[in-house]
Amino acid sequence: MVLVVAEAREGALRKPAKEALSEGRRMADKLGAKAVAVIIGEGVKTLLKEISGYGMDKIYVADSAFLKYYHPMAYARIISEVVAKESPKVVLMGGTQTGRDLMPRVAIRVGGGYAPDCTGYEINGDSIIAVRPAISGKVIVKVGFKKYPAFMVLRPNVFGVNEDIISVSSEVVEISFEPTEVERKQIVKEFSIKTAGRPELTEAEIVVSGGRGLKDAANFAMLEELADLLGAAVGASRAAVDAGWRPQSDQVGQTGKTVSPKLYMAIGISGAIQHLAGMSSSKYIVAINKDPDAPIFNVADFGIVGDLFKIVPVLIERLKKEKARS
Amino acid sequence: MKAVCFVKSVPDTETRVRLTGNRLDKSEIKYILNPYCEFAVEEAVRKKEAGIVDEVLVISMGPSRAQEAIRSALAIGADRGVHIEDDNLDGSDAIVTARVLVEAFKKEGGLDNYQILLFGLRAIDGDTWSVPSMIAELLGIPAVTNIVKLDINGNKAIAIRMVEGGEEVFEVELPCVFAARKGLNEPRYPSLPSIMKAKKKPITRYTISDLGIPSDAVGKVGSFTEVLEYTLPPQRQAGKKVEGEPEQVVEELIKFLREVANII
Repeated sequence: MVLVVAEAREGALRKPAKEALSEGRRMADKLGAKAVAVIIGEGVKTLLKEISGYGMDKIYVADSAFLKYYHPMAYARIISEVVAKESPKVVLMGGTQTGRDLMPRVAIRVGGGYAPDCTGYEINGDSIIAVRPAISGKVIVKVGFKKYPAFMVLRPNVFGVNEDIISVSSEVVEISFEPTEVERKQIVKEFSIKTAGRPELTEAEIVVSGGRGLKDAANFAMLEELADLLGAAVGASRAAVDAGWRPQSDQVGQTGKTVSPKLYMAIGISGAIQHLAGMSSSKYIVAINKDPDAPIFNVADFGIVGDLFKIVPVLIERLKKEKARS
Repeated sequence: MKAVCFVKSVPDTETRVRLTGNRLDKSEIKYILNPYCEFAVEEAVRKKEAGIVDEVLVISMGPSRAQEAIRSALAIGADRGVHIEDDNLDGSDAIVTARVLVEAFKKEGGLDNYQILLFGLRAIDGDTWSVPSMIAELLGIPAVTNIVKLDINGNKAIAIRMVEGGEEVFEVELPCVFAARKGLNEPRYPSLPSIMKAKKKPITRYTISDLGIPSDAVGKVGSFTEVLEYTLPPQRQAGKKVEGEPEQVVEELIKFLREVANII
């Protein structure tokens, strides 16, 4: 049995959760097993139909005001109880901050092996082998499990979302929840949204990133315009973040976020090894840089050697025309 | 109140990974204190300088080079170190690492002595981001990971956790685990006198038998996962590179986006 831990925020399933549900069903089919989901939160019962559509045979739901925001101890306890009841072979979750905080807790609590940031897996008879990058993507590791369930957290944007609704009648099991005394000692007081209406960097299909070549915080307005035309997230190199031009949350690289979008546009970014570590698993890379010897060109599928201040405005106008046409 | 920082020695961020067969070639790697651990140690030392904390302990598990990571933390301003070194530990996964660190922590008095447990969010080698949460679970205490702000008020803390698209403001009772990310603070460059002073600070050494852990509970034997194989990621090839008038190169880029990347 494959257990998928779904995750919702502000009443909607998160994209990495959809990826995990889709892959959970595919994996269960390969194993000839059932797929079961668990969803925790406040008001998440409204999501049961949608979760069912991913082909879940059974759905556990814990719906409580106390669980509105992520609570490490309470969430871990609930999932551990489901694991104890169902004895899954594999437990999957999307690689959000929550997934990467929650799954280690559950793995050590129930005693299963843990492999985060998975970009693939193999099924070998009765064994699961997880494939994941390590050392910030500089090496790929195959991880074998000696203790099951195998806990796998999936890298966002790697496993596809199944868009077709799979019609099954999911059995729904409601979990009654009361916080323990120690769980009451940790609460989220507030959640502040800081997205500027753009997709989240780690989940975006397209990322437009700027570096030292942008020269000034104000010049990022140009990249934001370009990003909005493409429906992209805006990223930045460490140099741009350290200069105070962009917030920490925008940094791509070894001390920032790792992204795997379909298209990564590196604009005015030279391509230091630490930056490449955070984006070289992108499907396509486009680079614009005035230095023809910049290392970013060694990994770019399409490179433009030239002045970004001349090229980007032309690109923006050209994309506007493209949009008007379609 | 006392604070403990759990730190790790990791390959320098400049490291180019090489393999011997399907294993890592470690011969030419230069090691540093994990950058994320620097944020943790800096935060603990600042809490000490602010009079909130009166001792900062540093614990590290690893081969002899872990001593250098501990010394780096002591140079930032931590007071003393604990180094768990044992040949049996080689090949330990995250779960074994968490268990061993917890035993060493308990040997130092555990939660009776230390109320603030600081980690780096991630070690840049294994990149599992898991040991802080695992240790919190083993100790039965809360954790706030990926924090950009930490305020201590009596036995309570307000910690701001960065998540996708926003920030969660957590209120927790101590003891609690906190895992630091970039943005929490700007770690200092230790002065020469601090580095000299760090050389004289005490480091206690434990083997696993000192901690009462049997050898079959650690290393490859005791781990729940095993690394079967290392490979290098597929090398990206440099693609097309163009130069010329903006209108002309943009036209070529549009063609690439339409026909190859298939996004417009």
